Amino acid sequence: MAERISLLIDNQTVSVPIGTLVVDAAKLVGIDIPVFCHHPKMEPVGMCRLCLVEIGRPVRDRTSGELVKDETGAVKVAFSGKLETSCTTQVSEGMVVKTTTPEVSEARNSMLEFLLTSHPLDCPICDKGGECPLQNLTLRYGPGISQFPYDDKKHLAKELPLGELIILDRERCIQCGRCVRFQHEIVDDPVLQFRARGRSMEIQTNSDPGFDSIFSGNTTDVCPVGALTTVDFRFGARPWELRQVASICTQCPVGCNITINLRREVKSGGGATIKRIMPRQNEQVNEIWICDKGRLGHHFVESERRLTQPLIRKDGELVPASWEEAYQLVEDQLRAENTRLVTLAGGRLANEDLFNLFQLTDSKRGKPVLYSQMAGGDLTAQIGLSAGSNLGEMGKGSVILVIASDLHQEAPIWWLRVKQAVKRGATLIVAGARPTRLEKYATHVLRYKYGEEAAVLAAFSHSSDVNNENRAAVEALSAAEDGVIFYGSDGLGLTGSEHLAKACARLIVDHKFYGRKNNGLIAVWDAANTQGAWDMGFRPDRNLKGTLREADLLLVAAADPAGDDPAFAKAVQEADFVVVFELFMTATAQLADVVFPVLAQPEREGSFTSGERRAQRFNRVIERRDGPRPDYEISGHIARLMGLNLEEKSPVLVMNQIASKVPAYSEVSYTTMSAVSPQWPIIGRADMYYGGTSYDNKEGLGVSLPSAADRGEELSLGALIFTDSPAETSAGLRLIPVTALYDRGQMLQDTIQLALRLAPQALLMHPVTAAVYGVQDGEMVQVSTSQWEMEYSILVNDSLPEDVALVTRSNGLPVQAPIFVQIQRQRKGEGD
Amino acid sequence: MDKHILLRHRDIDGIDKLDIYRDVGGFATFEKVVKTMLPQDVIMEIKNSGLRGRGGAGFPTGVKWSFLPNNIWPHYVVANADESEPGTFKDREIMESNPFQFLEGLMLACFAVQAETGYIYLRGEFWELAASLNQKIKELEAAHLLGDNIFGSNYSLHIHTHLGAGAYICGEETALLESIEGKLGQPRVRPPFPAIAGLFAKPTVINNVETLTNVPIIMQNGADWHRTLGTEQSPGVKIFCLSGCIKQPGNYELPLGVTYRELIYTHGGGILGDHAIKAVMSAGDSSDVVVADDHTLDTPLAYETCMERLHAPLGSASVIIVDESVNLAWLVDKTVNFFKHESCGKCTPCREGTFWMNRLTHHIMQGEAISSDIDKLRTVAVHMQGRCLCALGEFSTMAVVSAVDRFRPDFEKYVRS
Repeated sequence: MAERISLLIDNQTVSVPIGTLVVDAAKLVGIDIPVFCHHPKMEPVGMCRLCLVEIGRPVRDRTSGELVKDETGAVKVAFSGKLETSCTTQVSEGMVVKTTTPEVSEARNSMLEFLLTSHPLDCPICDKGGECPLQNLTLRYGPGISQFPYDDKKHLAKELPLGELIILDRERCIQCGRCVRFQHEIVDDPVLQFRARGRSMEIQTNSDPGFDSIFSGNTTDVCPVGALTTVDFRFGARPWELRQVASICTQCPVGCNITINLRREVKSGGGATIKRIMPRQNEQVNEIWICDKGRLGHHFVESERRLTQPLIRKDGELVPASWEEAYQLVEDQLRAENTRLVTLAGGRLANEDLFNLFQLTDSKRGKPVLYSQMAGGDLTAQIGLSAGSNLGEMGKGSVILVIASDLHQEAPIWWLRVKQAVKRGATLIVAGARPTRLEKYATHVLRYKYGEEAAVLAAFSHSSDVNNENRAAVEALSAAEDGVIFYGSDGLGLTGSEHLAKACARLIVDHKFYGRKNNGLIAVWDAANTQGAWDMGFRPDRNLKGTLREADLLLVAAADPAGDDPAFAKAVQEADFVVVFELFMTATAQLADVVFPVLAQPEREGSFTSGERRAQRFNRVIERRDGPRPDYEISGHIARLMGLNLEEKSPVLVMNQIASKVPAYSEVSYTTMSAVSPQWPIIGRADMYYGGTSYDNKEGLGVSLPSAADRGEELSLGALIFTDSPAETSAGLRLIPVTALYDRGQMLQDTIQLALRLAPQALLMHPVTAAVYGVQDGEMVQVSTSQWEMEYSILVNDSLPEDVALVTRSNGLPVQAPIFVQIQRQRKGEGD
Repeated sequence: MDKHILLRHRDIDGIDKLDIYRDVGGFATFEKVVKTMLPQDVIMEIKNSGLRGRGGAGFPTGVKWSFLPNNIWPHYVVANADESEPGTFKDREIMESNPFQFLEGLMLACFAVQAETGYIYLRGEFWELAASLNQKIKELEAAHLLGDNIFGSNYSLHIHTHLGAGAYICGEETALLESIEGKLGQPRVRPPFPAIAGLFAKPTVINNVETLTNVPIIMQNGADWHRTLGTEQSPGVKIFCLSGCIKQPGNYELPLGVTYRELIYTHGGGILGDHAIKAVMSAGDSSDVVVADDHTLDTPLAYETCMERLHAPLGSASVIIVDESVNLAWLVDKTVNFFKHESCGKCTPCREGTFWMNRLTHHIMQGEAISSDIDKLRTVAVHMQGRCLCALGEFSTMAVVSAVDRFRPDFEKYVRS
């Protein structure tokens, strides 16, 4: 345990670890020292000078080093005569801090007055007004009158786009540098900086496109004034009109805790409209950050494309029907003798939806299939990240291995947290077939060829096979006390993923990285609740096409196989009766016999299980739309029609059933998921300095699920043998699917704000490969397989591996797993 | 004084040529030190000499060198040749005309702290000087006085010049370090001090050009010799930059302890137009405006006496003479305008305070102010005092407060009644 220091702040004795800043020590005992530039997540800079306090230190005799005492026997304390910044001063033994003296008050008053001389005081039209630290602190500590003539104020254009997402108002900026430091220190996208000096000093972006960072929205949260705003929220609402509802982000397996801000609007028929998404503090998940996809990707909820009523097929056409009619049709199908039921579910469903669907399917001896190209959820359930783990605590003595994942794109906040663990001393091993942004922080980089994912890990267990390049990484893994392995889906289909997951599990077992805090296996899943789907009993299917085709009754929920792959579309068509639970009229829905419109995640309650296996609840944020119903209710209702004892009224009740049936969830309830405990740093709404309606987490930190190993159960991991993926041989160019943060999936289609940042619709290839195929950068080519043919462009990049072409998933080409394609140049002049 | 110690070019023609500098004993000291002395003995000698930093703060040079921890390497020495205080022009003369003595001093300092890399940080306007110093450094390398294994020892030393981009604040030592590192020139929070985490976060000594130019002579003649010059607490000589309303402005190398009266009337030839002297500033624009009465004129110019008698630091000894023809409100407007222009903007009181003071002095000078605006000007300055991140903000208030307090009628003259 770190050495502790005792000091006196406003006559309160405080004991804090050595190295604590005075401002933080004060906060611990409820003494608020006002700040602007200080942020507990960033290095101190001492710029704003608002946190000035009187600091005295015990006097020591120069020769003897003994403490000098006064006549009463008390230790003499000397004050420097100058105020000191409490945000840059570390505590020391016997220190005496005074934060309420007249001189301190006067200093705060004059610092605020200085800031306001250059501030436009346009609070009535400012987005920050109402949740503005400058406003709050001025009211509490500042001058009541303005002595600075308005004419002398500096005036600048109100709107200076730093990119198409973030707008800067230079008049309001108080030069605290939080945004600049966030970009440099926290996310290492140093695309913002100060330029010029004095009163002319201003923020600028130096990237093209402007403010090129997937974390840019966080700067609008840390900004203590209305200088930085997102295009999404700018002039959108006043903070006091907003209602805050806790939720969980749906965009990736990290499970960032968020707050959704709502306002009732005429355009929503008097109902609530989502105005913005902000991070909610959970130091064990996302701290106080979210990525821009999470912040801006909510527009699908209010999309015009949403389905609003049940549809049934009549005379070959899908036509509106009542719920009773639709339910009746499905019930009839289920009651038919020997119906081969297949239920295909996607990872964006909640645990409660998945549980009901699984139980319904199971009761008919049907086949529950997870629509995913990733394997290993059974392994993560057994030797996954242990209960109580926190990436934020990992540092010296820990090793983190990331394989086959571009973490920055697949799960941005994990990328951030892994990077920070390295900063605290953790050893990072990154294994990948291509360079990714995480490698910059890696102690060891292992490069392999696509298809050799498992093989590269096999070498860790047979050290004789290890080449010198990788030996250091192997030794680092062996030397570590704690170990976490992340595996992703970069370049992998289901088969490859199975091999990789097993190889990772083998390493975890060999090194005993399981059953202990801060140890275990983490899958970088393809959806927010893929882990939950595994836990509820769903499994991916290597022969999905065959399974779909042979179904008598096919239930599809939160999946669009027909839209993703023409081969699947054909298979769905061959299924006898198709029922689809959907938000949108997807290609699969168009093939359905019954379509149930479902509620979007913010319109209903439920829970997700993150990749770290933390069960977290989300609330109903918006009133239910007329029409759609939640997935658990539809499946629960059908199940009850079939005489099953499943719940349809509330996910709270479903979770009680889950807790009794799924051992890992035995302690999970809507009460336990809602439990909170004090978090550090203190940064919630009661605090006036960190801004916004964000951060405060009163709604629950979730439940960190115990793995089977944690529960002391016998493990059944199967044969963890390393097998290489079967060598695929075929004529043509091998396409490798990779994941990009901003793709053209259903969930981002309505977020037009990100249109310019979407991944390029192109085959990415090395110049040598391009030369082999005689294609050039930027050229449009004809890409084809036996199943389909499409136009796509070429982008050449010399950091990529040769002999393959990379293609982003959900971005136009139906590529789920590595496949071979033909590419053909378009003849010049054709079509002219 | 018969012979100069620092401005030796005034006595010896061509001392800016390496052969002539060596003919008069140049680099013999460096050779002797590198070959025969231990680094800590060099530090001890400078400590004993009582040499104090000539950049303005007057911190004992040897003590500063002794702060560098010997468990963190490499060490760096940076010569602060930013010389941007208005009214200061001594380092420029040294570097232009007696460059090798400065370079030898820098090299001795590097040896003393075992730095193998030294930097000379020059203000951007000194680009011609930088070119000339680069040439001199090349000559030293050719003569094997710089480079690897100097004099066959295992000590190697390389020196680089670095040009600023024209910002006063980069004379502040931590902003200077930021600038060398390629960052925006803004001061750092201390601690950590540069002696522990300076350039590239390594232990670093930063010395003024004039300070370093003293070092070869002290190492040649010894600490005791140095103490025969100047006062007990301010040993040695100082270059006084005399400017303003003076008949013979220029650099005067004199022992510390010389009085204002002697400097102004004996050396400077008296006040321009034989006007009555009104005020003096001892450290360029970063000074209190001191009433030039007999008490002031009889004050010895030394670090301790200026503080004791005038409550104003000697600073860089850039003495600006103000005579009766000058209105102090006008002068304050000029200094405030300078500081507003040069404030880096990092800390609130300096960024906003200099801007506000500048608006106020502007309104005063334009006849748009009322009497209470003079009080407001003083209040703004007082609100800045003791609260800025670095000394620049502090400096910007000194002339304001002292002039308002001592020469208020000069301000009243402009305001509306």
